[in-house]
Amino acid sequence: MGPAQLSPSMAAMSLQSQTPDALRVVNLLQERNLLPPTAIEAPTPCLPQDLQKVNCSPEVFRSTLTSIPQTQALLNKAKLPLGLLLHPFKDLSQLPVVTSSTIVRCRSCRTYINPFVSFLDQRRWKCNLCYRVNDVPEEFMYNPVSRCYGEPHKRPEVQNATIEFIAPSEYMLRPPQPAVYLFVLDVSHNAVQTGYIDVVCQSLLENLNSLPGDTRTKIGFITFDSTIHFYNLQEGLSQPQMLIVSDIEDIFLPTPDSLLVNFNECKELVQDLLKSLPQMFSKTMETQSALGPSLQAAFKLLSPTGGRVSVFQTQLPTLGVGALKSREDPNQRASAKDIPHLSPATDFYKKLALDCSGQQVAVDLFMLSSQYCDLASLGCISRYSAGSVHYYPSYHNQHNPAQTERFQKDLKRYLTRKIGFEAVMRIRCTKGLSIHTFHGNFFVRSTDLLSLPNVNPDAGFAVQMSIEENLVDMQVVSFQAALLYTSSKGERRIRVHTMCLPVVNSLSDIFAGADVQAITGLLASMAVDRSVTASLSDARDAMTNAVIDSLASYRTAVLTIQQPGLLSPTCLRLFPLYILALLKQIAFRTGTSTRLDDRVFAMCQLKYQPLAYLMLMIHPALYRVDDLTDEGALNVSDRTIPQPRVLQLSVEKLSREGAFLMDTGSVMYLWVGRNCNPQFLTQVLGVPSYAALPQNMTQLPELDTAESTRTRAFVGWLREQRPFYPTLHVIKDDSQLKANFMQSMVEDRTESALSYYEFLLHVQQQISK
Amino acid sequence: MEAAVFIFSLIDCCALIFLSVYFIITLSDLECDYINARACCSKLNKWVIPELVGQTLATVLMLVSMHWFVFLLNLPVASWNVYRFLKVPMGNMGVFDPTEIHNRGQLKSHMKEAMIKLGFHLLCFFIYLYSMILALIND
Repeated sequence: MGPAQLSPSMAAMSLQSQTPDALRVVNLLQERNLLPPTAIEAPTPCLPQDLQKVNCSPEVFRSTLTSIPQTQALLNKAKLPLGLLLHPFKDLSQLPVVTSSTIVRCRSCRTYINPFVSFLDQRRWKCNLCYRVNDVPEEFMYNPVSRCYGEPHKRPEVQNATIEFIAPSEYMLRPPQPAVYLFVLDVSHNAVQTGYIDVVCQSLLENLNSLPGDTRTKIGFITFDSTIHFYNLQEGLSQPQMLIVSDIEDIFLPTPDSLLVNFNECKELVQDLLKSLPQMFSKTMETQSALGPSLQAAFKLLSPTGGRVSVFQTQLPTLGVGALKSREDPNQRASAKDIPHLSPATDFYKKLALDCSGQQVAVDLFMLSSQYCDLASLGCISRYSAGSVHYYPSYHNQHNPAQTERFQKDLKRYLTRKIGFEAVMRIRCTKGLSIHTFHGNFFVRSTDLLSLPNVNPDAGFAVQMSIEENLVDMQVVSFQAALLYTSSKGERRIRVHTMCLPVVNSLSDIFAGADVQAITGLLASMAVDRSVTASLSDARDAMTNAVIDSLASYRTAVLTIQQPGLLSPTCLRLFPLYILALLKQIAFRTGTSTRLDDRVFAMCQLKYQPLAYLMLMIHPALYRVDDLTDEGALNVSDRTIPQPRVLQLSVEKLSREGAFLMDTGSVMYLWVGRNCNPQFLTQVLGVPSYAALPQNMTQLPELDTAESTRTRAFVGWLREQRPFYPTLHVIKDDSQLKANFMQSMVEDRTESALSYYEFLLHVQQQISK
Repeated sequence: MEAAVFIFSLIDCCALIFLSVYFIITLSDLECDYINARACCSKLNKWVIPELVGQTLATVLMLVSMHWFVFLLNLPVASWNVYRFLKVPMGNMGVFDPTEIHNRGQLKSHMKEAMIKLGFHLLCFFIYLYSMILALIND
């Protein structure tokens, strides 16, 4: 790449510009190996060193464009979406916590003081979001950390972009609530047959003592089939007492209290109940499911305090209010045209979710069904009450052990992870920018205020912004996300993240600062919205047009030397690949048989997951593992972790002589080639030959060989990077899961979709039209 | 007879003007954070059908009394109201949905729509007033 191919605007770039490497022109049609060997890192905004050092971590706060355009017209010309992707409640290893009697905030816009404010003199500070000059309170002048007076800019609030405050009583609408957990279990015949009740009860018994909470924690249980069963767990009873309410048209609570009991006082009764629950319904012949009324009962039970409801459902709700019909037409699964029924069939679940949200109740949904159960309608109960949806299709203890293992591990994480109650989040931006669309599981109660009855560390959020007023005279803009929540120990806390980005006014600078992963994540959420409000084909066209328009804009506006081929800046070189991967994702693909529930769940995940796991879901990482070496290995706490190269997702890269590991985030596949190196088979997999490899191997045996240690270290290292536990499947050529493995080969042609090269040609053709 | 038609239309138009103003005030309350999305949407959804009925009544009345120009003037607004009402997806809580109102600039577009309707109803008001006076004089 000679200097003749760099745009002349590079020469005129100001000191703030990105290094030329990001704008190096790449001809996508010629360069085949675009994937970097290791995981891709977030781009660094071009800010002066002292600002970038204290800037918010990209794991928490990321923008699609790390250089913000100065005007809306400029943004429109770039044809890239402007938005933020947040993971505000992420589990952080280091979180500064401040207990201060005064929390310093701007008088007009109520922004929390942050590292990017400017101090006019020792006594006054200027807000970086609204530019109002505020006074520094007297207490703030004293720095408790260094025990100095007169240096407010050295205080931890002004030195850390991510900080947590312990909130005083002005931030509480009511005394902080205790942790309240309610479990609602489907006990119809169908449910008992799958055997999930054993797993749930076992998991609860094991993790009861690690449920986040304090001495005020409350717990309760409801089971339902065609009637609703409550459990009286009052202290003093010799065993739990079941109370049945069969009038599902008009739900009432059979006793005013002791359905939701203090956990510490009634622990034995709770444990008795969990031990006896699986057998209680083993002979049931009830086939109906009254989910709607039981959700109403759960809401009634929890509305005085708020809390979390975990609902386990194994079939379509058939009885009572909120009953749903089967809408899926199995013949339309492989339709190449539009997919109907992506939006809810009834507003019952949405209304109930809003009621729950108003009373600080969040509903998490676990779907364990083998038939169609209208996740599009049922998912609403979680989506607007800040809950989460978990999906285990065709769950069965005996017939589907891999699913069972995943359910167990997910339950453990779900029960023991950190949780925040009665939370609200506000996202503020510098004057001139405004937020116009929100993505994620929450309810937007008023402009910019997100109501989150529960906040958990696995939820991601995204927002789209527009530039209302031109950002003239500004070098930088800031964004602040403030999450006010009640911890499980009853403390009211505020977690504040602040990010600062530079403002640019040339198109080439905007392209240089583009974050291709964040853009893909935001486009995925936008496409889900478009599929539901308009149609799936509209969404697919919109995604393809995003690539075409941005590359066309780059070609006409930034490049001065026109060359043949499909040219893109280095930072956007993976954009067509990621969009192709999205088009082939379960959520958006057409022409291949896809169950409607699978599709809807994939759409839920695209909107819910934080970016890091979302990218693994969209574009899995493929590694060759039969020839791991210690060359270039990482040394993490005395273990050597080999770092194999990330491969392109094409069968071209697979080889019968090797074994390959594909990491899709929640599942890992280890594909073993037919002529795989026998040393790998014996030393790592512990089998004498390929034929002896069992069909459903899900664990790597702990053998005492160097290869086994290396492989297990690598897989373990991948697993440690995420809070949930990905299951591992070892697959051969004739395995049932081979289809899942092969469908992630996004660069290849299938009978209903283009190969990567063909897609590039299509894009190029559209650009030069 | 003519006069009666126009007197009725005038009253109907007054009611529609007040309704438009109510919509504008409620939507701007939501914009300024005086009420929350659920309260705003339930208030507005209550008046969607009365507005639809009022507008359709005026249009049909003009058709029946053979005032073609005014009928054609009212027809687009009436058909837009009906279309908007029928096009609500099954999962939404009415024309104004609290979960969607803050997304994709829906608040702004509803506000614009209410303003346009206000302007239109004011125009119609003066047309009906003039026609009513003419009809009364001619009687």
